[in-house]
Amino acid sequence: MMHRRTTLKLAAFAIAALLAGTAAANAESVLRRGNGAEPETIDPHKSTGVPENAIENDLFEGLVAWGPDGKEVPGVAKSWDISDDGTVYTFHLRDDAKWSNGDAVTAADFVYSFQRAVDPKTASDYAPILSPIKNADAIIAGKITDLSQLGVTAPDAHTVVISLNASTPYLLGLLTHNIAMPVHKATVEKFGDQWTRPGNMVSNGPFMLADWVPQSQLTIVKNPNFHDAASVKLDKIIYYPTEDIAEELKRYRAGELDITYDVPSDQVKWVEANMKDEFHNTPYFGTYYYVINLTRDTLGKAQQIRKALALGIDREILVDKITQAGELPAYSWVPPDVPGYQQQFLDFKNESKAQRLEEAKKLLADAGYGPDKPLKIQLLYNTSENHKKIAVAIAAMWKPLGVQLELVNQEWKVYLETRDKKDFDIARAAWIGDYPDPINFLDMFKSDAGARNDAGYNNPKFDELLTTAGATVDPKKRLAILAQAEKVFLDDYAMIPIYHYTTKHMLKPNLVGWEANVLDIHPGRYLSLKS
Amino acid sequence: MLSYAIKRLIGAVPTLLLIVAITFFMVHLAPGGPFDKERKLSAEVEANLRKAYHLDEPVPVQFGRYVGNLLQGDFGPSFQYKDYSVTELILGGFPTSLTLGAIAMTAALLLGIGAGMIAALRQNSLLDHALMGGAVLGVAVPNFVVAPLLTLVIGLQLRWLPVGGWGEGGFSIRHMVLPVIALALPQIATIARLMRGSMLEVLRTNYIRTARAKGLPERLLLLRHGVKAALPPIVSYLGPAIANIITGSIVIEQIFGIPGIGRYFVQAALNRDYTLVMGVVVFYGALIILLNLLADLAYGLLDPQVRYD
Repeated sequence: MMHRRTTLKLAAFAIAALLAGTAAANAESVLRRGNGAEPETIDPHKSTGVPENAIENDLFEGLVAWGPDGKEVPGVAKSWDISDDGTVYTFHLRDDAKWSNGDAVTAADFVYSFQRAVDPKTASDYAPILSPIKNADAIIAGKITDLSQLGVTAPDAHTVVISLNASTPYLLGLLTHNIAMPVHKATVEKFGDQWTRPGNMVSNGPFMLADWVPQSQLTIVKNPNFHDAASVKLDKIIYYPTEDIAEELKRYRAGELDITYDVPSDQVKWVEANMKDEFHNTPYFGTYYYVINLTRDTLGKAQQIRKALALGIDREILVDKITQAGELPAYSWVPPDVPGYQQQFLDFKNESKAQRLEEAKKLLADAGYGPDKPLKIQLLYNTSENHKKIAVAIAAMWKPLGVQLELVNQEWKVYLETRDKKDFDIARAAWIGDYPDPINFLDMFKSDAGARNDAGYNNPKFDELLTTAGATVDPKKRLAILAQAEKVFLDDYAMIPIYHYTTKHMLKPNLVGWEANVLDIHPGRYLSLKS
Repeated sequence: MLSYAIKRLIGAVPTLLLIVAITFFMVHLAPGGPFDKERKLSAEVEANLRKAYHLDEPVPVQFGRYVGNLLQGDFGPSFQYKDYSVTELILGGFPTSLTLGAIAMTAALLLGIGAGMIAALRQNSLLDHALMGGAVLGVAVPNFVVAPLLTLVIGLQLRWLPVGGWGEGGFSIRHMVLPVIALALPQIATIARLMRGSMLEVLRTNYIRTARAKGLPERLLLLRHGVKAALPPIVSYLGPAIANIITGSIVIEQIFGIPGIGRYFVQAALNRDYTLVMGVVVFYGALIILLNLLADLAYGLLDPQVRYD
């Protein structure tokens, strides 16, 4: 009897073990990512935001793609040649690139996609990013209506030639942008605006769209037709819109998410104390700054006043005591960690705090201001507890210098309109780069940058340096010229850099393949979950 | 009653039109536009976008176009969520909002009426004080405070229920519990207080006293005469309760990450997504008018003295 029972137990155990083993072998590897705002669109030619871009990097692959470390790697193009003058790029496409429906990805797909991206009918926000390409600007502006005039051609099915207006050494970085991703012509033409729906969408990335419930979740599954499908370890990624980051952290702690989009600043200390191993805080390609309206008399005409204001901000205290999320005090405009670029700094970076304050007081006194005759200026900022705290702290820092700062708080869209109209003295602003090149930060302050140049900055020397850099093919020389341009810009104090952003994520300990990088790009293709 | 309902529905048309007109001109008057962003658009791109969405036309022409499309059931494209039309977004989110709202309303009615009755029957007892104290708390504490507390305690510390989302299959009772509690709690409290007051009044009426004197058992007395007589104030409150549930769900959907219509409302207003704001306002406006009518009709069924003229 005993023997029989033991045998039965052993058999039951063996079956259970077998079933468990089979279940483990068949278990799907599913990654759950908090993804910030609900995606506005997953049409790569129409999207603009970070949440959309994260999804599109998994769904599509451009000529050039992102590596696990946020650096450029070959995508659909396995190699490329650059003409001696840097104005013609010839991309050689891989033979095994396929769309999720099995169609081959051809050079014609890229020609169609680039033309669609700049077509005014597409009304793409980001189309001007492609302006280095021949005739792109004229097509976007409607001055050329024949799309075939765009400088993107396909001499054969496996070759894409991109002709540029001038040498653009950052073109490869630019081509990783979603605006340069290919779309499947037949699908777009068949379904129109509905081509991005589950069941309709055809894509060429490591994953394909499976399901999308707006405001709830967007699910992508492994694309068996992807040329490197064998190396993709995740079966499925579920993106959750997580606009409320405090709630997102709760969902993460409850085990409902593997990655968070962000961590609330006011909980960073708690997370560092209690979940240190899962908290990842790394530099981000962005700068928080105060832009100065140079079109107004007082601040526009007096560089020494602007410098005094920059001197009077204690950035270390701001990041340590106010923002408290690991931000880096900023003394430069271009954020750190741009490969090959020598970061430039405000000239007082190495001075002591006492020296800075003394110099600031002197500069203001020379301009006729001081505690007896205060400089009365306004600071415009949009509604946010963080912006308010920073503004209040800076007002307190400037007060002893004899600066009377009036805080003007406006709702986001109202603030944007006020800023556009240049109806401010100083305004809070922020800029996050799209690709790892300083031009991303510098060209917005060119005198002809239009509305993007909030300060109304106009320095012919700066413009000339940017133009020279644009015509310089040698990448090292070009970056050196851009560094000169940044120095000129910093010395003019058209804006006051305050801090460089960091990204804050919670990552489950069993997540593998996450490499910190300044662009915060983490394609699902390289991620996996240890069981 | 049917002619009354039809009259009310016809009477609602100008109300709705007024809602449409006021909302349309207000959203267009608000400073800032749908395409204002930190990353400024070039003039050419903005012109292309304005043309694509007919924003380059004079506002009265846009209004005429909007009303024309609305009459054909077309709410237009969303400016923010470019892959979906407003109609699709509303129809996609409505079943979720309806489910959440209906369960919360049902829970509010059952628990509110029950608690009110018990409190009235045990007037001035410890139970009465406890229930009414809880009701005061329920009314006083807003749901944007209750919801995070629930997620923290029940979701995070006790780990009994998920803290957010709506379940991967689209419907999950476990995901529903906390949002329903947060949404229903203030209504349970209000209904309980109303029911207690109404019930106490009914219990003091002559016909109840007579029935009791005739020896009718207490349970029958309550169920057959008391509850029905005490219900009209609750039914009167149904209209505001429904409006509260709808507005409350805007907050609750946001906090719990529930894919209902409510989440669109705040975002759409902040993003100046004109068509989505309009769509949600018109849809909710029509819904509230309809549900108010149903509440009024129900009132008549309970109180024969009500006449529909």
